[in-house]
Amino acid sequence: MLEINQLSKSYENHRALSEVSLQVPRAVIFGLLGPNGAGKTTLIRIINQIIEQDEGSVHLDGKVLSPDDIRKIGYLPEERGLYKKMKVWDQLIYFARLKGLDQHEAKNRVKSWLEKMDIYSWREKKIEDLSKGMAQKVQFISTCIHEPSLLILDEPFSGFDPVNAEVIKNEILELKSKGTTVILSTHRMESVELLCDQVAMINRSRKILDGTIREVKSKFRPEVFEIAMTNLSQNLPQEWTPRSDGDSWEFTLPLAGKTPNQLLTEMMEYGEVISFSEKIPTMEEIFIQQVKATSHE
Amino acid sequence: MNKIFLVIQREYLARVKKKSFLIATLITPLIFPAIMGVFVWIAVQEKENQSLRIIEVIDETNLFFMESSDQYAFTSSIKDPEEAKSLVIEGDRYGFLYIPKIDVANPKGIQFFSLDNPSMSLMSYLENAMKRKIEDQRLYEKGIDPQILKEIRTAVDIQSVTLVGEGEEKINDASVNYAIGFLTGILIYIFIFVYGNQIMQGVIEEKSSRIVEILVSSLKPFQLMLGKIVGIGAVGLTQFLIWVILIGALSSIVMGVLGMQMPQQQAMEMANPEFANAAPDTGELGEILAVINGIDFVSIVLSFLFYFLGGYLLYGALFAAIGSAVDAPSDAQQFMFPITIPLIVSYMGLFVFVLQDPNSTTSFWLSVIPLTSPIAMMGRISYGVPFWELALSMGLLVTGFLLTTWLAGKIYRIGILMHGTKPSYKILWKWIKASQ
Repeated sequence: MLEINQLSKSYENHRALSEVSLQVPRAVIFGLLGPNGAGKTTLIRIINQIIEQDEGSVHLDGKVLSPDDIRKIGYLPEERGLYKKMKVWDQLIYFARLKGLDQHEAKNRVKSWLEKMDIYSWREKKIEDLSKGMAQKVQFISTCIHEPSLLILDEPFSGFDPVNAEVIKNEILELKSKGTTVILSTHRMESVELLCDQVAMINRSRKILDGTIREVKSKFRPEVFEIAMTNLSQNLPQEWTPRSDGDSWEFTLPLAGKTPNQLLTEMMEYGEVISFSEKIPTMEEIFIQQVKATSHE
Repeated sequence: MNKIFLVIQREYLARVKKKSFLIATLITPLIFPAIMGVFVWIAVQEKENQSLRIIEVIDETNLFFMESSDQYAFTSSIKDPEEAKSLVIEGDRYGFLYIPKIDVANPKGIQFFSLDNPSMSLMSYLENAMKRKIEDQRLYEKGIDPQILKEIRTAVDIQSVTLVGEGEEKINDASVNYAIGFLTGILIYIFIFVYGNQIMQGVIEEKSSRIVEILVSSLKPFQLMLGKIVGIGAVGLTQFLIWVILIGALSSIVMGVLGMQMPQQQAMEMANPEFANAAPDTGELGEILAVINGIDFVSIVLSFLFYFLGGYLLYGALFAAIGSAVDAPSDAQQFMFPITIPLIVSYMGLFVFVLQDPNSTTSFWLSVIPLTSPIAMMGRISYGVPFWELALSMGLLVTGFLLTTWLAGKIYRIGILMHGTKPSYKILWKWIKASQ
């Protein structure tokens, strides 16, 4: 659905993107990860046609991105902004119409979204009179009001309390089930694990990894197993350092060239193995590890 | 195009719907007549409540006879200056005018004693009266009959008539032309500053609240900038039109009321002798009307609208560019220089050159250069400007605002997305040169 080829962009004194390529399929939630200043915002702005790339191309639905595609894209910037003195209703109508909806259509959509988000009764209030969470809801609506097929959300959960974050999360999942492609740019790895089907990680203007969550995790599994045992024998190899956990003992052991079966067989000689599982890294661990690794190059 | 219209509509409605707009629009045209009214009322009240002030006169020359007015009564009952002074101190007399034995060829030593500072009008009244007396006395001494003197005192009033084509004549009056140039020039000056600032504030608001990020993902920065400038300009035009209508209605009411109460004007004249000297006699009212009738209001209004909008667009784009370059209004100060200087130059030029001599070379250049022409040309319009000069000035103004808009667009489109950098002129120049 969205295809980014060899995208490069330089500013006056630094390189923001270097030959970044991404494939974002239809109806997935795509996590765009990376530390601050990695180039995510530049990438998002190029997709939004706010700025132009120096090199490379962006294709949407098989065609080169054109100004008409603005209607197909919804963008929630990290730094939120609404006209403080404008009423909720007027503001949403304005944004909807800027995206190309006609008056009638805009009214219908705004009404149904406000009802859905449970803030219809606030429609005549000015933004400055709303709570932060409520303003965020309005902002989210303004992003989705024109039913974009590509939704770009930059830190969508910041500023929400857990209840409203849940509302937004469900909304995102519902949009996905309707066929919307969502690009989620975030630092919150727990929401990445929860929501994303695929991820790409950018550091220092380059893409450092991408793939489905499962692929990324299996690629970066440290080949370490966590084992719990009881009835431990006394003559354990020295490098094994068990931790006591009440009745049982726990080990974290690397494969060190062995197959898991070999490791397990070995373990069985020293006691009763009650659990044996590969240690799966969290996205957070992969993120930190990868950022560190590529930053020290 | 449709999107620009949406922006214009939003900018317009967001401002026109505000209570402050309504208040400013309705109050401003009332303020000037109200202030005038209050002054007239106070003057009339004062006049009515005034107690007669008695001034003791000791005239050792026996030449002067001071005529009493409604305000001042002159007596000369005492001969001793010290006694007169003590009368003033005791409060029995408002003041004491002492005229020692003087040489009429060189009158010196005349003194006026009072407890407080006498008003300007009293002093000039006394001085004028004595000056006339002394002049009469000296002419008399040279052998001229006072009766002849009275007869030769003449009032001269030159009527200025412009020849318009064949056989047509137009009565005009430099002071009316001056007033028109003055008023329209100042209006444009104020308008550019007030609404230019609104553009800047609006751009800064959108930038600092990051609304702009959402907006530019929906439309081009240039469209956004243009929409804002045009929208706010429409607000200004609306306000101006409401003022014209209100002032028109008010002044016809005031005229009607004044027409019935002409004696009030006479009261003013009495209160201020200087004013009485300068005031037109009643026959001139018709003449002023003739002058006003002679003015080509259609062309003045049309050129006012043109320079009003042209000047606004020219400077509005610059205001937008500045707003886009900074993060907060306080940072904008350093860039205000290129805007305020030409505006102040045109403002000063209007008074120093254009209104003094509308056809001088300096006036010509001021009214042709786009940065100063919106204000300077208004000072010339009512005096009549050759067609080619007007066409040149207008053409250059259009070119000028297209140029500033283009330039501002280049700064704007980069500036609105830049945060945290303190821009300098050097950086702005880089933005202008950048191809994006």
